[in-house]
Amino acid sequence: MIVEATGLHKAFGSTKVLDGVDLHVAEGTVFALLGPNGAGKTTTIRILTTLSRPDLGSVRIAGYDVVREATKVRGVISLTGQSVALDDQQTGRENLVMIGRLMHLGRPAARRRATDLLERFDLVDAMKRRVKTYSGGMRRRLDLAMSLVSQPRVIFLDEPTTGLDPSSRTTMWDAIKDLVSSGTTIVLTTQYLEEADRLADRIVLINGGKVAASGTTDALKSQVGGDRLDLRFAVEADVARAVALFDAPRGTDPLVLGIPSDGSADHLHRVLDDLRIAGVPVVKVSSHRPTLDDVFLSLTTTDRTPVQV
Amino acid sequence: MTTTAVHGGARNAVSDSLTMIGRSIRLSRRNVDTLVMSIVLPLLMMSLFVYVFGGAINTGTQYINYVVPGIILLCTGYGAASTAMSVADDMTSGMIDRLRSLPIRSSAVLTGHVVASVARNLLSTTVVIGAAIAMGFRPNATVTDWVLAAGLLLLYVLALSWLAAGLGVIAKSVESASTLSFLMLFLPYLSSAFVPTNTMPSFLHAVSENQPITPVIETVRGLLTGTPIGNTGWIALAWCVGLLTCSFTFAAWLFRRRTHG
Repeated sequence: MIVEATGLHKAFGSTKVLDGVDLHVAEGTVFALLGPNGAGKTTTIRILTTLSRPDLGSVRIAGYDVVREATKVRGVISLTGQSVALDDQQTGRENLVMIGRLMHLGRPAARRRATDLLERFDLVDAMKRRVKTYSGGMRRRLDLAMSLVSQPRVIFLDEPTTGLDPSSRTTMWDAIKDLVSSGTTIVLTTQYLEEADRLADRIVLINGGKVAASGTTDALKSQVGGDRLDLRFAVEADVARAVALFDAPRGTDPLVLGIPSDGSADHLHRVLDDLRIAGVPVVKVSSHRPTLDDVFLSLTTTDRTPVQV
Repeated sequence: MTTTAVHGGARNAVSDSLTMIGRSIRLSRRNVDTLVMSIVLPLLMMSLFVYVFGGAINTGTQYINYVVPGIILLCTGYGAASTAMSVADDMTSGMIDRLRSLPIRSSAVLTGHVVASVARNLLSTTVVIGAAIAMGFRPNATVTDWVLAAGLLLLYVLALSWLAAGLGVIAKSVESASTLSFLMLFLPYLSSAFVPTNTMPSFLHAVSENQPITPVIETVRGLLTGTPIGNTGWIALAWCVGLLTCSFTFAAWLFRRRTHG
C-alpha cells in the first residue's frame, strides 16, 4: 500500500470535518474519493499531502509519515489543487522550470523536463506566452504538467475536471489514463460518479466526514442496483400485475415501477414483450442510470446517520 | 528517464530562495503598472513639495536639500506596500499550496518577495536621487557618508518589506493587504520628512519625534547634506534593527501559523 491512512479525524473549531476515515491505496492504481460538496474530500487530500495535520490518526505515504517526515513525503508526491496554481505573469515554460528548480533538478535538467512536458501537453506553441493569455483548458493542462515535473510516485488531483467543458474534461481524462499506464499512483477526488467510474480502480464514498462505502466500481454499482427501467402505468391495478410479472419491489411513486436492468436494448424488448403478452398497458418507459444522489440515498437511508456538527 | 534529487539541507535552502527571488523579481518586472507607479508617485510628490509647497516652507536651507531624504522614505513605503499585495496574492491563490507541497522550506516564498522589494526600492531610490540632483539637490556627502546612508536605508527597507510581507500573510485578500499597508504610506507625513517637527501642534510633535521615520530621515539628511546628526544616528539604527527583528519574527510566525492547519 503506497497510501495508508488510518483513523483520520479533523475538526475546525466545533465543526467535525473528518470523523474516522481509513484509506488504503495500492501502488499503480487509481483511487477515487467520491462525495458531495462538504463531505471532507479536500480536507482529506490536504492531510495526505502534508498541508494540514490530522487531529487524530496517521498517514504513511510510500512508508513516510506525513507529519514527522513531511519533506520526504513531499519528495514523492505532487498536488494539483482545485484552483489552478500558476503565475500569470510568467510564461508556461518559466512556470515549469521554476518547479523543476524547486524540485532540485539542475538547471539543464529542469529545462529538459519543461520541454518534455510542454510537448506532452500540447503547449509548445504557447510556451513563450505569459500564462494570463492561456485559455481555461490550457491552464488546466499546464497545471497538471506542473505536478508532473518531479515524476512523483503519487499524484493527488483535487477535483481535476470541475468547471471544465466536456471536451477539456475528456482531454483531462486521457491525460490521467496516460499517467496510470506509466505506473504512477493517482488519488483523485470528484463529485461525479461517472468520472470515478471511468478512471478509478477503487472508490471510497465519503459523506459527512465518514466513509459511507468503499470497493471497486462494480461492487459499488451493484450495491446501488445499477441501471433501472422505470415503467409508468395509468392505474394502480396495472402496477400490481406488473409487480407480479417481474417480481420487483414498488417504489415511492404508486404508478411507477422500477426494474433492474443491464441497460441493453435486448432487455428493454423482453420487458415490453412480457408486458404486451400479459396485456398490461404501459404509458411510458424511461431508463435510469444511478447517480451519485442515488448512491447516497441508498447508503444514507439505511443505518447511517449523518455526523452531528 | 528518471531524475533523482536530494531534498533538504543548507545548499538547497539557498537554491530554493534564489529560485523564489528570481521569480519575484521577474513578476515585479512584468507588473509594469505597479513598478512605474512606485517611481512616478514619489517623483510627483517631490515636484509638488519642491515647486508648489516648498516656497512657503521655511527649513533654514534650500527646501530641496531638506525634502529629498523624506521623498526617499516615502518611495520605500510605496515599494513595500506592493510587497504586501504580492504576498497576499500568493497566500489567497492556490500557489501557496503548490509551493508547500514541494520539498522546500516554503518561507522561501517570503524571502523571494522581500528581496524583490529591496531590488525595486534600489531602482526607484536611484531614479529619485537622480531626478533630485537634476532638480537642484546638492548633497555634500563623502563616499563614507553615502555608504552609511545607503546601509541605513537598506536596513529600513528590509524592515518595512518584512512588515509588509507579514501584513500580506494576514490579509484575507489582495485588497485588504493594500489597505493594511496604507499606514506605511502615511507615517512619513507625520515625521520631519516635509516640514520641521517643531512647527507641529505639541501632540503631533511628540508622535513625530518618537516614530522611527523621523530619526532615519534626520540621519540620512545629516549624512547627505551635513545637517547635525548628534545621537539620532544611533536611535535610527536601533529603530531599524528593532523593527527588522520584530517584523521578520512577526512575518515568519504568521506564515507558520497560517500554513500549519
